[in-house]
Amino acid sequence: MSDCHGCSVAAAIPPPEVKTRHTVALVGPPNCGKTTLYNRLTGLRQKVANFPGVTVEQHVGKAAISGHREVILIDLPGIYSLVPRSEDEQVSCDVLTGRMQGVPRPDAVLLILDSTNLGRHLALAAPILQLGLPTLIVLNMADDLRRRGGNIDAGALSLELGAPVALISAADGDGVDKVFHFLEGSSAAVRPKPLMQLPILQDVPKCRQWASRVGAQAQYQAPAPPIWTRRLDSVFLHPVWGPLVFVAVVVAVFQSIFTGAQPMMEGIENLVTWSGGLIGGAISNSLLKSLVVDGIWSGVGSVIVFLPQILLLFLFIGILEDSGYLARAALIADRTMRRVGLQGKSFIPLLSAYACAVPAILATRTIENKRDRIATILIAPFMTCSARLPVYALLIAAFIPDRPVLGAVLGMRALAMLGLYALGFLAAFLTAHLLQSSVLKAEPNAFVLEMPPYRWPTFRSLGLRLYDRGRVFLHRAGTVILGVAVVLWALASLPLKDGAPPPIEQSYVGQVGKAVEPLIQPLGFNWKIGVGLITSLAAREVIVGTLGTIYGMDGSSQSGDLQAALKKDLTPGGAFALLVFFAFAMQCFSTIAVVRRETGGWKWPVIQFGYMSAVAYLSALIVNQAFARFV
Amino acid sequence: MQLNFNSGSAAAACPPPLPTRPLMKLAELRQGETAVIDDIDLPDDMAHRLMELGFLPGSTVEAARSAPGGDPRVFRIDGTEIALRRETADHVMVRR
Repeated sequence: MSDCHGCSVAAAIPPPEVKTRHTVALVGPPNCGKTTLYNRLTGLRQKVANFPGVTVEQHVGKAAISGHREVILIDLPGIYSLVPRSEDEQVSCDVLTGRMQGVPRPDAVLLILDSTNLGRHLALAAPILQLGLPTLIVLNMADDLRRRGGNIDAGALSLELGAPVALISAADGDGVDKVFHFLEGSSAAVRPKPLMQLPILQDVPKCRQWASRVGAQAQYQAPAPPIWTRRLDSVFLHPVWGPLVFVAVVVAVFQSIFTGAQPMMEGIENLVTWSGGLIGGAISNSLLKSLVVDGIWSGVGSVIVFLPQILLLFLFIGILEDSGYLARAALIADRTMRRVGLQGKSFIPLLSAYACAVPAILATRTIENKRDRIATILIAPFMTCSARLPVYALLIAAFIPDRPVLGAVLGMRALAMLGLYALGFLAAFLTAHLLQSSVLKAEPNAFVLEMPPYRWPTFRSLGLRLYDRGRVFLHRAGTVILGVAVVLWALASLPLKDGAPPPIEQSYVGQVGKAVEPLIQPLGFNWKIGVGLITSLAAREVIVGTLGTIYGMDGSSQSGDLQAALKKDLTPGGAFALLVFFAFAMQCFSTIAVVRRETGGWKWPVIQFGYMSAVAYLSALIVNQAFARFV
Repeated sequence: MQLNFNSGSAAAACPPPLPTRPLMKLAELRQGETAVIDDIDLPDDMAHRLMELGFLPGSTVEAARSAPGGDPRVFRIDGTEIALRRETADHVMVRR
């Protein structure tokens, strides 16, 4: 593809006569507020996919503009330069030069820079402007710049660079209209300097010199240091208070997920039961009624119950990330993580893995070092993801009495839950250690972590995050889990005997469970659990609905009936073995799929699945046999 | 300490602003101290990444707070704060 170096740098997109489609790329260094602006421009009209052939996530959205043009925005990964040193930079480079398969070359570029940090960020303008695409330079965080006594002459900068410049604040929306004007094509053209001398791109010091000269021409005055960030860091990075705050934050997040989400979860459960009854009353055919109420409604309902918990967890991760604390946490965690061959940046994906391993594995992209990245991917599914919660909640409620241990602060059930979290954590770290001394030897790498200033997270950005996560979760409940629920109901209700479903033992599902029973009997599991283990390969939480279907057609972990049935049918040894099995096993198709995609082949997911299943089976065996012998 | 002076000749292309001060490792800088970067003795990829983040010969850097135990340490450069591990900061030479 030929580069269009001939076209004027300054020209806005030519005004179209008919409704046309334009692609605009958002480019910028990490921590420039690019995603905040992207969210402002697209609102809810966005989707996430992968760039073809690579592992980098592609965020594409439609700009919220009226008129006769349609603008598609591509949010490119954060980059420091266009010299491709990481996969992210390679993707950005390929998209911008039109070499990315299946992605049209952008018609224009929004270059987003942090105005409080122009000394460094402005250097990125050189390679971007050299692309020859119409470019709007967006100087973000203008409110911060002004508040801290900094200044920039946007008009002078525009003349200096030969491209329009917009001084905005994406967080509160100030000045975003200028970006919309650019997208609508009504931005005023800027005449470039006759001979704009761009520096040699590979030479970092030359680029920086160029940037500081341009900044000086535009009267750039760097802002005063952020006082509040310094003050907060004197606590959060204090040798004594820092680690204490760190532990307090992690504990507070867990405690509020378990107690805070409870009323909402009960509310949803009641709603599901109540509406199930209403629907059941309206259907007269008994087989159809059974399919809809017992198969679909309670199967999907048992999973939707966990929506509040998942949203709460993503809310906390969002607050920690947007406020800037997560970078401090990574700093504090680095030394410990390094001991097992990981690094501080692994901490963020591993923390996300508490919600779900899939986004966690996607989040490992921030780790530039490939070895550290694969190690983090391999251990992430050991962290206690939210899909394990329904299983844990059900078994803990059934087998562990609700007694206080530390007054009102900590109950026995919460303690058991914490223990399971610790178990997953321990398995992850021992595995990381094992990897370091065997297949994945540590190599020297540069650990570089930017400490962004603290900021108030905005409701808007948190809301969009939650909306996105909730949508993904419900989508899964509506597709994978719905599908499994229907198939399972069919297998449990067939073959028909005299036109009615057979006793569950004679159904297809019973036959499969019976077939695997000898294999799992040493673990203390019966054939019903065996069926649950098979169906939960789709997703861990499916076992709750499955057991509900098998035991009495009320599949929810809060259900007293199901708890009572399990208590009668499982020994305590078997129950604990099942808990341990779920702590270690990789019962999740989505994770396997995403690991395959992220590591570029079947090698790692196969090793991972085999290893985790073996650990799970052996640990469950040990637990059950120990119970049988000593308790 | 004065004998270290000659080792700076490799970086003669970037004239050190205070040639009378001895070279030291960035990692040796204590909290609150500032110094001027002289040279980065790391493989090209790492050195480039550090330079993009502002660790350029001639720039002033200040050692700020650190993680518990003193490693990694946060460095202030160009108005931003960037944390480096000791093993990396050991290969960035500075003059106080």
